[in-house]
Amino acid sequence: MRIRPKKPINVYENSQRRYISIALILASVLLISCQSQQPQQEIIKFWTIGAEGDAVIKLLPEFERQHPGVHVDVQQIPLTAALEKLLTGVAGNATPDISQLGNTWLPELVMLHALEPLDTRIAASNQVRPDDYFSGIWDTNVIDAQVYGVPWYVDTRLLFYRRDLLAQAGINTPPQNWQEWRASLIAVKALVGPQRYSILLPLNEFEPLLALAIQQDEPLLRDGDRYGNFRSAGFKRALGFYVEMFHNTWAPTMTNTQIANVWNEFGRGFFSYYISGPWNIGEFQRRLPPEQQKTWMTAPLPGPNGPGAGLAGGSSLVIFQNSKHKELAWQLIEFLSDPAIQLRFHTDTGDLPPRRSTWTDPALNSDEYAHAFRDQLERLKPTPKVPEWESIAQQIRLVAERAVHGDVTIDQAAELLDRHTDEILEKRRWILERGARP
Amino acid sequence: MKVERAAWCFVAPALLVIGVFFFVPVIAAFGASLTDFDLYALADIRNLRFVGFANYQRLLQLPEFWDALGHTLYFVVAGVPVSILASLTAALLLNSKLARCKPFFRTALFAPVVTTVVAMAVIWNYLFHTRYGWVNYALSGIGVHPIDWLGDPHWAMPTIILFAVWKNFGYNMIIFIAGLQSIPEDLYEAARIDGASYWQQFRFITWPCLAPTLLLVSMLTMAGYFQLFAEPYVMTQGGPLQSTVSVLYFMYDEGFKWWRVGSASAVAFLLFLLMFIVASVQLWLGRSEGKP
Amino acid sequence: MKQPIFVSAVVNFLLVAVAAITLFPLLWMLSVSLMAPGEASNYPPPLLPAHPTLTNYRELFAHAGMGRYLANSFGLATAATVISLTFNVMAGYAFAKLRFAGRERLFRVLLASLVIPAQVAMLPLFLMLKYLGLVNTYGGVIVPALAGIFGIFLVRQYALTIPDDLLEAARIDGAGEWRIFAVIVLPVLKPILVTLAIFTFLATWNDFMWPLIVLTDKDLYTLPVALAALSREHVQDNEMMMAGSVVTVLPVLLLFLVLQRYYIQGLLLGSVKG
Repeated sequence: MRIRPKKPINVYENSQRRYISIALILASVLLISCQSQQPQQEIIKFWTIGAEGDAVIKLLPEFERQHPGVHVDVQQIPLTAALEKLLTGVAGNATPDISQLGNTWLPELVMLHALEPLDTRIAASNQVRPDDYFSGIWDTNVIDAQVYGVPWYVDTRLLFYRRDLLAQAGINTPPQNWQEWRASLIAVKALVGPQRYSILLPLNEFEPLLALAIQQDEPLLRDGDRYGNFRSAGFKRALGFYVEMFHNTWAPTMTNTQIANVWNEFGRGFFSYYISGPWNIGEFQRRLPPEQQKTWMTAPLPGPNGPGAGLAGGSSLVIFQNSKHKELAWQLIEFLSDPAIQLRFHTDTGDLPPRRSTWTDPALNSDEYAHAFRDQLERLKPTPKVPEWESIAQQIRLVAERAVHGDVTIDQAAELLDRHTDEILEKRRWILERGARP
Repeated sequence: MKVERAAWCFVAPALLVIGVFFFVPVIAAFGASLTDFDLYALADIRNLRFVGFANYQRLLQLPEFWDALGHTLYFVVAGVPVSILASLTAALLLNSKLARCKPFFRTALFAPVVTTVVAMAVIWNYLFHTRYGWVNYALSGIGVHPIDWLGDPHWAMPTIILFAVWKNFGYNMIIFIAGLQSIPEDLYEAARIDGASYWQQFRFITWPCLAPTLLLVSMLTMAGYFQLFAEPYVMTQGGPLQSTVSVLYFMYDEGFKWWRVGSASAVAFLLFLLMFIVASVQLWLGRSEGKP
Repeated sequence: MKQPIFVSAVVNFLLVAVAAITLFPLLWMLSVSLMAPGEASNYPPPLLPAHPTLTNYRELFAHAGMGRYLANSFGLATAATVISLTFNVMAGYAFAKLRFAGRERLFRVLLASLVIPAQVAMLPLFLMLKYLGLVNTYGGVIVPALAGIFGIFLVRQYALTIPDDLLEAARIDGAGEWRIFAVIVLPVLKPILVTLAIFTFLATWNDFMWPLIVLTDKDLYTLPVALAALSREHVQDNEMMMAGSVVTVLPVLLLFLVLQRYYIQGLLLGSVKG
């Protein structure tokens, strides 16, 4: 067989044409990617989580006016994917300059040496003054005596209740301690009967039980956060009270997916107490009819002997170690920490500001639903600052669910929880024993 | 030899890429599965410990792992036969001499295969919406109450199975058509002359001749279904109540959310082991049945 | 024979029914994408838009950056196709026609490793790319697509059909291996090249899990990843999501429609012979 002379010419032409067109396509792609970057502009990459992103975008033009030549590029991450994206970003050396960060996630990122310590910048700042912040929430950003984040907004869990139903049951003031609370739960249950309940505690959420546990004097972990402390009298008391609510049918044994619409159910009195956070102020105002707005109110969470400590939730603003624009990122933090800006942010999102001075503004001062929050914010306690906390919280939920279903007694549950927690913390203990910094 | 040297030049780029970006990670994964590589180790490699098969032991005792395995097996055991049935039926219809506009139908039935899982999952989410979805609307026409397809733990996995079948049946359909077309026409002629009914022709000619194709299709489909990930990730995020967490979804969480890399690698190898065993059993069954 | 008309009607009716069920989601996607925002969340659910509008597409391209994602997907799929095609064609041909030590054993090892699911390699590969500085880059997305054992297999199958005498004659005439490859082999392999190109393009375009892991910067997102992120953010905006789906699906659907002959051929070649 012989080489047919015609083919070679066609082949070369074809492949030439092919390669040229491919090159053109690749070039145009590169061109498009270069187009969006304006020359001579410094770009700060800012990751936000959930709804806060939309509100922040509205505030940014003012920041960019104050800092000409700077552009803030906001990337919104959905809440359900946030922790993965952050950790993957750190693991892959692909982090932004500044990010919103749930404050319970700080220990993990600090352990990975991902965050820039902010002490010197805070000391030199006129805007960010630690004593203006609620101490409990400021504390969540302090790890090993260094500050790694500035609180952006704060979140705590307290009682939302139907004051009209409570009044019908003979209770005219919200309970101040567990004894009063217990009495009111009994009274309301007697009023509403077997088909309805006094309080809703969704079984697939760990926050309500945690809120009760954090009120105890005993810490959740002991020995420098190396071991579980769930066999302490305090936690057993909290777990006991929690389980009692189900066994006495004050609370339905349901998860939040089994409640079709929690706002409607609150409105129709399916339950009278609900342990929830600030976002529900706006939600209840929006979703309940106007004539029902006077029937509900908020109150600080009652503790065993009086107003109790609260969960210190919320988000902070952090700067990443690998950022090339740390100074500008810090200026953005200062901008967002300005009480006036915080107030505008609050109006947009309903998130509560972490600074006392912002709270003096009439807009917040006169919000009767927010009073309970202002009260509780002075009594916040952080959860243990170990990277494994999220896993441990999950265990709390699983074991509590078993206790509610009667699979285990309180004592057994506490022992089980301690055992699981000790397992989870085993590596932390090993590292600490080696003398290395975890 | 000049040819030999040239040959190495030809295969070198591909082999290099496969070696570095596939074989090395696979071996590294096995190595990682024998350690407790996690966030601590990521921060400082000296925090790494060799733990032997502890990861595997822990997984085999973890209820969440068995749940994930159970969900995956449910998906495979329910999904594969349904998928094969759908593909075979479609192939028989399309291959029938009585069918018209074959190219159009072939394209239409194959179209879902080329689309992205993510885009189709988004559509499926809305089609199966409890209130505004077309499926519940159509069902209400025959008096069925609205079903919370993706919110009810009992219905979530069946919905995902339905989705997977819809998306992939075209692929197997094509393979079946090729298999059907390779059956000699004379066999059918002879059977028709002998007076065999359509069903008898199917049982005694079509089915046995399709056996190798069936084996291939079921192995391919099963291998694909064991790797269920994108659908739960996009449609249900593993929910409701963890009822759609598959083994790979579990691995993704272990690896990229909790960063228990050692454990996640062990999950991957356990899955691989399972797939290998199942495939071997299928092959063995297929071969032994093939012998007359 | 009296039966054919009835049976024929049944067969065709069934075909139409199956095709309708298969195409309904795709057509509905198109329809909703042209509806006004909020129109689809009505009971009973609408089938066709009251006043077809391009608002959703405008919104996507102007505010959600869809143009960027489209360009990313297109660029990456093209790049991956070109590079992996080059590698795989050379290797496939060599495995088929060029003798070298250990050729058969090496090929069997490659074939055996097809059994290993790609996800096993994902985590270590991610960490490896971190050390190479390729996380959150286009390169990081393309890299796994280049390791295409299946592609080598396909090309080899096809290349086996090239008569050895043709190659020998060329060698005797003094042609070098490269010239033989370019002048004789490539033209013969053209059909499988097109098939493999389509496969690779489709696979890269549709790939979801790997770009999801490797890309953190939304500017680099491919369409599937962007769509997944948008769907978690904009749970309420059905119409915009549908428009996003259309943009993601339409290019590959068109590609398939135009080149389906090659695609199906390749599918059969790969599986039936396998």
